[in-house]
Amino acid sequence: MSSTTETLADPHAATLRALAREFGEGVFTTSRFRDNLRLFVPPARLLDLLKFLKQRCGLNLLAELGGADYLGYPGRSRERFEVHYVLRNLDTSEKLVVKVGVSDPDPTLPSAYPLWKGADWMEREVFDMFGIRFEGHPDLRRILMPEEFAAFPLRKDYPLRGRGERHNFPRLSRGES
Amino acid sequence: MTANLLDEPELERDAKQVTWTLNFGPQHPATHTTLRLILELDGERIVKATPEIGYLHSGFEKLGEHLNYNQYVTIADRKNYISPPLNEVAWHHAVEKLLGIELTPRCQYIRVIIGELARISDHLLCTGAAALDLGAFTAFLYAFNLREQIYDVYEEMSGYRFHPGYTRVGGVLYDFNDRVLDKVRRVLDSFPKVYSDMSKLLFRNRIFLDRVRGVGVLTKEDAISMSVTGPLARASGVAYDLRKDEPYLAYPDFDFEVPYCTEGDCWARFIVRMEEMKQSHSILTQALKRLPGGPVNLPIAEKLSAPDKLTTYNSMEGLIQHFELIMPNRGFTTPREEIYAAIESPNGELGYYLVADGSEFAWRVRTRPPSFIHFAVFPHIIKDHLIADVVAVLGSLNIIAAELDR
Repeated sequence: MSSTTETLADPHAATLRALAREFGEGVFTTSRFRDNLRLFVPPARLLDLLKFLKQRCGLNLLAELGGADYLGYPGRSRERFEVHYVLRNLDTSEKLVVKVGVSDPDPTLPSAYPLWKGADWMEREVFDMFGIRFEGHPDLRRILMPEEFAAFPLRKDYPLRGRGERHNFPRLSRGES
Repeated sequence: MTANLLDEPELERDAKQVTWTLNFGPQHPATHTTLRLILELDGERIVKATPEIGYLHSGFEKLGEHLNYNQYVTIADRKNYISPPLNEVAWHHAVEKLLGIELTPRCQYIRVIIGELARISDHLLCTGAAALDLGAFTAFLYAFNLREQIYDVYEEMSGYRFHPGYTRVGGVLYDFNDRVLDKVRRVLDSFPKVYSDMSKLLFRNRIFLDRVRGVGVLTKEDAISMSVTGPLARASGVAYDLRKDEPYLAYPDFDFEVPYCTEGDCWARFIVRMEEMKQSHSILTQALKRLPGGPVNLPIAEKLSAPDKLTTYNSMEGLIQHFELIMPNRGFTTPREEIYAAIESPNGELGYYLVADGSEFAWRVRTRPPSFIHFAVFPHIIKDHLIADVVAVLGSLNIIAAELDR
């Protein structure tokens, strides 16, 4: 079993050292909360960072990809949307979160599909719910909402009870059908 | 003359290109929920499959922004209605991590017990229904009978058979009493017989074996690339289990193994689930033997978990604390932070990405559902199989439609 010094040591130490060697200062900022280590990265460097983490740091599983809308979040000064990528190392059980911010009017991020096929549906979902476009995605369509749906339901400015979409369907009587 | 016609290269090519489209589900008996698959077929061979999620529109994640941390447990329940208690455990695991709460030992054990019961019940339904879809009806009946006994446990502990809504922030609704423990023991006693019945009916069942072996193969590389977790990944040789690799609750206390195969076909997924049930049985036996005493909720002074009925009605502090937690715009405050926390659900990694803004409602509740990610794998592994294999592959993936939805 591992000794106490090993368990007390930072599980991210090796990754952070490798990242510092490759990217130097100023590309991303880190923050920690409980057991989450987060890397905030600008969209332009997102793919570089993900690729490096996957290929050189062994974080080979894209465990989760999702978005959040911070419109009206108290004390907020960063971009309106943030997309998070949770990566796992299947050998060492290391886990870290990559976060990237993006704003209106045309929120666009590079797609992680070339790195992980699993990003396919997860990116489509983020697009469907928040309207964030992923450049380089092979098939960026709505996945949950109907094609003709115009809004993005998980945005904060979309009301909880909808905008009457459910009630405005044309009704057909048996005779007309 | 006929031979000449067949030799005609152009005609042959035309004949090959004729494909037709079949809508498989949502009314097909093997698509147990609202699953719909659009299959492009060349004869009976599947050229392309397009899964369609359909329109449930339950708005799970939007509701998370308008219900407080205790209320949302009823929604978490309904995301995967095959193993509801484990979804509750997942939700409150994330909330407690956000708040930085350490649960009492008894509460941790109780959550392990309901979690493993839910895992057994989920695997029973999955393996049983897979057998049912492939024509082995009796095994399904045995599996479902044991599920009924697991529902009896839920009913005794919470009052509800299907959606217990049992966990709370910092604890659970009621403590386990002796009757609950008796019912858990009854499940444990019946399990070996059910397992042996099912294995006798299926492990050497020629029809079943022929239909699952070598069907729907998912390689290890693809499993990792497609973010697959849980029994699916373990059947493809990725022996990753959050209970071992990122331990939570009381799991480090228990002695159990993570079964895995390397074949990656429907048969391997079936075997992995059957073996996992045995491991869960072992965990449950250990948990019952070593179930610690003491309180099940956090002390009232922490001002986080709801006090039990006795404390609420018989002490001023209990009454105040109960009032504070139940009334709107009161209750505990959260850090203005965000967290990702996941547990090992029967289907794989079930995680929550929680953004908290300091109020009693979450700012954003992102669920990382295993079924959604596994459904994306379906078109990949069904390619070049026959229509009959759709049933086998779909059954082995264990897709829950409510979990596909947001």
